[in-house]
Amino acid sequence: MAINNIWVFAQASGGVATTGTLELLTKARSLAGKVTAFVGGDAGAIAASLGEHGATKVYATGDLAGKLPGVALAAAMKSVIDSGDSPDVIMFPQNYEGRDTMARLSVKLNRTVLTNNIDIADTADGVVATTPIFGGNVLVATAFSGQGPHLVSFRPKSFAAESSGGAAPEVVAVAVPDLGKQGAAKVVATHSEKSSGPKLDEAAVVVSGGRGLGEAGNYTLIEDLAKLLKGAPGASRAIVDAGWVPYSYQVGQTGKVVKPSVYIAAGISGATQHMVGMKGSKNIIAINKDKEAPIFGIADLGIVGDVHKVLPKLIEALKARS
Amino acid sequence: MNIVVCVKQIPDPASPGALDASTNALKRDGKLILDESDAYGVEMALQLVASAGSGEVFVVSMAPNGETSGMRTALAMGAVKGLLVSDPALAGSDALTTAKVLAAAVTKLGGADLIIAGTESSDGYTGTVPEQIAECLGLPSVTFAKKVKVDGQVLKVDRQSETGYDEVECSLPAVISVTAGVVEPRYPSFKGIMDAKKKPLDVVTAGDLAVTPAGWAAAGQKIVSVTQAEARKAGTVIEDDGEAFGKIVAFLENLKLI
Ligand SMILES: Cc1cc2nc3c(=O)[nH]c(=O)nc-3n(C[C@H](O)[C@H](O)[C@H](O)COP(=O)(O)OP(=O)(O)OC[C@H]3O[C@@H](n4cnc5c(N)ncnc54)[C@H](O)[C@@H]3O)c2cc1C
Ligand SMILES: Nc1ncnc2c1ncn2[C@@H]1O[C@H](COP(=O)(O)O)[C@@H](O)[C@H]1O
Repeated sequence: MAINNIWVFAQASGGVATTGTLELLTKARSLAGKVTAFVGGDAGAIAASLGEHGATKVYATGDLAGKLPGVALAAAMKSVIDSGDSPDVIMFPQNYEGRDTMARLSVKLNRTVLTNNIDIADTADGVVATTPIFGGNVLVATAFSGQGPHLVSFRPKSFAAESSGGAAPEVVAVAVPDLGKQGAAKVVATHSEKSSGPKLDEAAVVVSGGRGLGEAGNYTLIEDLAKLLKGAPGASRAIVDAGWVPYSYQVGQTGKVVKPSVYIAAGISGATQHMVGMKGSKNIIAINKDKEAPIFGIADLGIVGDVHKVLPKLIEALKARS
Repeated sequence: MNIVVCVKQIPDPASPGALDASTNALKRDGKLILDESDAYGVEMALQLVASAGSGEVFVVSMAPNGETSGMRTALAMGAVKGLLVSDPALAGSDALTTAKVLAAAVTKLGGADLIIAGTESSDGYTGTVPEQIAECLGLPSVTFAKKVKVDGQVLKVDRQSETGYDEVECSLPAVISVTAGVVEPRYPSFKGIMDAKKKPLDVVTAGDLAVTPAGWAAAGQKIVSVTQAEARKAGTVIEDDGEAFGKIVAFLENLKLI
């Protein structure tokens, strides 16, 4: 099957298109002549950058008025498809809203979904998506069979975002159909954590801590080190689940994907679900007291030692230099 | 308040995963255990029913073989009844078929005020099944719940977001997916384990639920290749002799990061 028409699920954060959105648009325009961005919200502020990255058309729902995006956007997408513009492929980001929208739409269209992918190709076997398993050691390529639209989601940083210098796209308003009782969930309040320093998924240095830190209070070692290196602090899921740090710190399969120049893992075992989020780092330093810890299998520099001894000395040494 | 929890039974994650040579899918034969991701859902359901003061917790599961060990764990924790959909024809089902089957199973149990699933399973992690179940049943849903309260007929959820959380309210019946760590799953007591052996656990086929099985042939997707990714080579590993921090300093210096 040749891919002619691709939709990209587009998101904004703080008034600009997310990097993930621009990554997907960049890939989409390499595959299809016609690329449309689908925005749950107002397209106004981000339309130009969507166009610069390859979208020639933008569907926008306008403000969702507290509705959860998944149910609303799936219904809006379905109504556009029913009215005659049916894409061959819809690309979603592997995140909350992408996942929910894709799931709802798959039932409405009776189509399968392929999730957690890092690549997509138009081949003789059809549209093929690639997903890493076993911590990224094995790549599985899966072809869609049957009719489109093919629904496929991608892990962050699967593609590099590049501008094509495209013109401003045509913006078309799409109404969200009446959702009936399926639309009963409403956001009544929003809470955001304030963070300072570079963003975890953009920082050149990431220092992550795990259960090996022993207790929540010791996480300050990670924060101090990250600050000295002008990096961002991160975490394994074990200490997020334990409530030591917020979820936004989590690196891994269900957290952020990071590819910094240096990733420092302190007291982290290196579970497959953690590794998929940080294996793409240019350099990896691991500190773990267990020399059998899987993290050493991918570390450029591994220190078999106690984080409570190594980190304070490292912090002192760096302070002495600055 | 009656709650149905979707519990997936998976191969023990402690043993390394393997692919079936003929289908290239994850092997799911042999003994299956309760997915830890769903232990949170079971615990949450038990706590919500306890604080509501009435109602019961049921569990539903789909598995190609007749394995029930994982469901027995949920019954031992305190669920009162289970329904397993087991059918060799369901082997290789995609997430959509799984959701259709589980939705039909929920209906077979007479529906529920609340349906709870995990945000993602440990072995499949598509993370779409809960929302697909909601759509199949025509219900509202709140995914990524990290705190859940039921206030009369209103569900109040703290929904995790990229930067914090949203407070979401929703009428019942509804579907929620809960994140790991929301509650501390209880260990089944000895008495719980003994009682679980006698609790009702029905096993039905896809046909019994009037769902067309869509295994390998009809899943709408087909694995075309499995390849080894380029391996990342391990570098130097040294034992800390009290001076190893210096090696890190030198490493960072070399990269001109300090
Ligand atoms: C569906 C699913 C999704 C998941 N998603 C993620 C994800 O996105 N991110 C993620 O990180 N995990 C994820 N996990 C969890 C993952 O499987 C692991 O449980 C988790 O990564 C373990 O965290 P940890 O390394 O901090 O803890 P542990 O595995 O307990 O490791 C602690 C390590 O610290 C070492 N240690 C102990 N004391 C010291 C000391 N004093 N000095 C030095 N070292 C010490 C130990 O040797 C050990 O290796 C997921 C799991 C599932 C099932
Ligand atoms: N075969 C299954 N049986 C029961 N529940 C399931 C099954 N597959 C998925 N689920 C539920 O859906 C959640 C998300 O699974 P997944 O979409 O596979 O990541 C799981 O945590 C379960 O609650």
